Amino acid sequence: MIRLTLILVWWFALAFGARAAVEITEVTSPGGIKAWLVEEHSIPFAALEIRFQGGASLDAPGKRGATNLMMALVEEGAGDMDAREFAAAREALAADFSFGTFNDSISVSARFLTENRDDSMALLRAALMVPNFDDASVERVRRQVISGIRSDAQDPNSIASAAFDLTAFGDHPYGSDLSGTLESVTALTRADILEAQARTMTRDRLFVGAVGDITPEELGVLLDHLLGELPEEGAPFPERAEFLLDGGLTVVPFDTPQSVAVFGHAGIKRDDPDFFAAYVMNQILGGGGFSSRLTTEVREKRGLTYGINTYLVPMDYTELYMGRVASANERMAETIKVIRSEREKMADLGVGEKELRDAITYLTGAYPLRFDGNGPIADILVGMQIQGLGIDYIKTRNEKVEAVTADDIARVAARLLDPDALHFVIVGQPVDVDASN
Amino acid sequence: MLHRIGLIIATLVWTAVPTTAEVVSNFKLDNGMEVVVLEDHRAPVVVHMVWYRVGAADEPAGRSGIAHFLEHLLFKGTDTIASGEFSEVVSANGGSDNAFTSWDYTAYYQRVASDRLELMMTMESDRMRNLRLSEADVLTERDVILEERNQRTDSDPGALFSEQRRAAQYLNHPYAVPIIGWRHEMEQLSLDDALEFYQTYYAPNNAILIVAGDVTPDEVRVLAEKYYSPLAPTENLPDRLRPQEPPQLAERRIALEDARIGQPYVMRTYLAPERDSGDQTEAAALEMLAELLGGSSTTSVLAKKLQFDTQKAIYTSAFYSGTSLDDTTFGLVVVPNEGLSLIDAETALDAAVAEFMVEGVDSAQLERIKMQLRAAQIYGDDDVSSLARRYGQALTSGLTIEDVQAWPDILQSVTEEDVMAAARMVFDRQRAVTGLLSRPTATEETTQ
Repeated sequence: MIRLTLILVWWFALAFGARAAVEITEVTSPGGIKAWLVEEHSIPFAALEIRFQGGASLDAPGKRGATNLMMALVEEGAGDMDAREFAAAREALAADFSFGTFNDSISVSARFLTENRDDSMALLRAALMVPNFDDASVERVRRQVISGIRSDAQDPNSIASAAFDLTAFGDHPYGSDLSGTLESVTALTRADILEAQARTMTRDRLFVGAVGDITPEELGVLLDHLLGELPEEGAPFPERAEFLLDGGLTVVPFDTPQSVAVFGHAGIKRDDPDFFAAYVMNQILGGGGFSSRLTTEVREKRGLTYGINTYLVPMDYTELYMGRVASANERMAETIKVIRSEREKMADLGVGEKELRDAITYLTGAYPLRFDGNGPIADILVGMQIQGLGIDYIKTRNEKVEAVTADDIARVAARLLDPDALHFVIVGQPVDVDASN
Repeated sequence: MLHRIGLIIATLVWTAVPTTAEVVSNFKLDNGMEVVVLEDHRAPVVVHMVWYRVGAADEPAGRSGIAHFLEHLLFKGTDTIASGEFSEVVSANGGSDNAFTSWDYTAYYQRVASDRLELMMTMESDRMRNLRLSEADVLTERDVILEERNQRTDSDPGALFSEQRRAAQYLNHPYAVPIIGWRHEMEQLSLDDALEFYQTYYAPNNAILIVAGDVTPDEVRVLAEKYYSPLAPTENLPDRLRPQEPPQLAERRIALEDARIGQPYVMRTYLAPERDSGDQTEAAALEMLAELLGGSSTTSVLAKKLQFDTQKAIYTSAFYSGTSLDDTTFGLVVVPNEGLSLIDAETALDAAVAEFMVEGVDSAQLERIKMQLRAAQIYGDDDVSSLARRYGQALTSGLTIEDVQAWPDILQSVTEEDVMAAARMVFDRQRAVTGLLSRPTATEETTQ
């Protein structure tokens, strides 16, 4: 009896995601704002995820860091409240707001108790619609951003990413860190911050996901109140980013016992017919967990690193296939050799049937585990909308993974894993490493 | 404005927030293994965890890092599972797995669809007693942990600073020793060291099984009796009697200079009492003190005095980790604004705390913190994995299930007087380490 129940439950998990009912309702508010909602009334709170496509890539020329600084200031006082009064009001309601800046989007995430929903949303509305951006707050937050830029300038991982991005994308916004530079952030004015908000936080690029103790009707009213008066139109979206980096190896000298390497080349679009084949291929080569070929060869067999992984990065205006590893300076040369050899092996020979089946079982089994809470689900709902996936995607996604064959992987591996295009950026004092590696 | 905030608070009385208390059951197997079940039937997922009451602070002298090293080695083989196969099987069943080591515990977990629980128990119970290690496994994995130390400690001046500060904080207790181990001792760790530690401490009478998610206590009992009950306990399991701290009579100061520092800061920690079973009130007051002083980047006392009323700091914080088997620490951090020296930042920090000691607790702030803690209980019901973790940490740190369940109410009952009494007790410079982390001045000139 118990066994029968468990089997039924597993079937539900595969079919609908971890929650026996991730049932998504598309809600259109009276004012015309669309949102995807999953009702979950067993715990008296809701999570709201709002995203505006575009993000830091919409920084105006010469104003790098403006969107990031703007988003860091949204919560620093609004209407008749200064920063501390705003925070005290939010704390009294036990609501959580967070504001994120990414290359392709900005995000507003909120979590609020059902009993405090109206007051919490009134507060969030003030932050979005009438933020103060007062001089004292601008200066205080600017100092924090600059402190972060200074820290990044000394962090091997950040240095490696920055060097890779700059050589890969040059003047395109993807070529520089979204925090900006000491010079650009120092020069930003209140007018620049207002401009950054006008460029990015508009209804023509708005996506919403909501999960929790709220009905479609309640959500519609909430959205109109919260977002209905946003400006209609923001800045034009950026151009496609041309990938400028050739194969090779760049060393950025840095005095530290362990070298950090970032490596990669052009990737594959999210809507490419071979995307899922590439996704499964990456899982086998260097994806998460402890079972990838690179983890086995570099870590388990040779002890060359504590961690290595590779990942597809489909962005809005380019796509990359990247990896990351750290090894002692004396051992980095060997690590690079093993990475190159595993990539070549994959490109030449593809994958075996058992390996493929195991990877597919892992990916399809792990998918429902992502749906583990109101906040994470709201985040997934927004991601699906931005990527243009259908509302039934959760039900069909695992079928796409399961359909990948060894032939698909052989094809996509030969296409994607180009040894001549692969570029390593190494930060540290690697021994016996040069462009010939 | 303040009045309006006051009104908002007044409407939020304790009873206004219904808590959905978690469903917890527990029992003990005949061989001494404790079992805790946390039910959450919203999703067909379980977290399966085994916590051992052993951590870095239980290591023999001179073998620092062995607890953590052994945690890595548990992913090598047994008689029935080949090296590396454990995680492959978990992955091939769509699950994720990992492990972590602290000073007081070592824990292993898998997160899987609930119908895979039996498979997880088969494998986890197997490696509790039947680990088979080869010399080659040990040598390769030792390279991995040395790279881990490279990555997480030696490449990060903040981590090195923290390591040095702890070493100065504890005069006698093994909390002075880093979990990852001192490099020179890690390099010497052997197969025999690992096996000796394993055979003593990896036993059902030193372990706690926690299963959280879509499962009933009866289902867990049936499986646990099948897989864990047959395991032999360790006879004469050593008591966890670590060397305790003597009276600390002399203030300590450390200064670490590292060219890789982007942002200098000051951190001070005070030796502080931990949560004790049946006696958690002082720890609760310290927890509230940390929240009041540094829990919010905007409204807490240090932020107000050092980031808003004056612009001396970019960032301030206060922290207290009460879940600990032995004496823990209470910490303060200040990241000075450009142009302010670390010494001046420390002086400003001391002045801010001294003012707080005179001014006392802002009752509206205390009430807001309590409101957020009550809400955290509701939000916490959405995340059974972290609930499981909370129980595991507590039960391996000398606390009971009753203590865990009493904790939220104890926090709610903390008064302003309790907080100030705790502050007077803990802020004793004789028991403190003050650390200054900065870039060497000379290097700064040559590299710019």
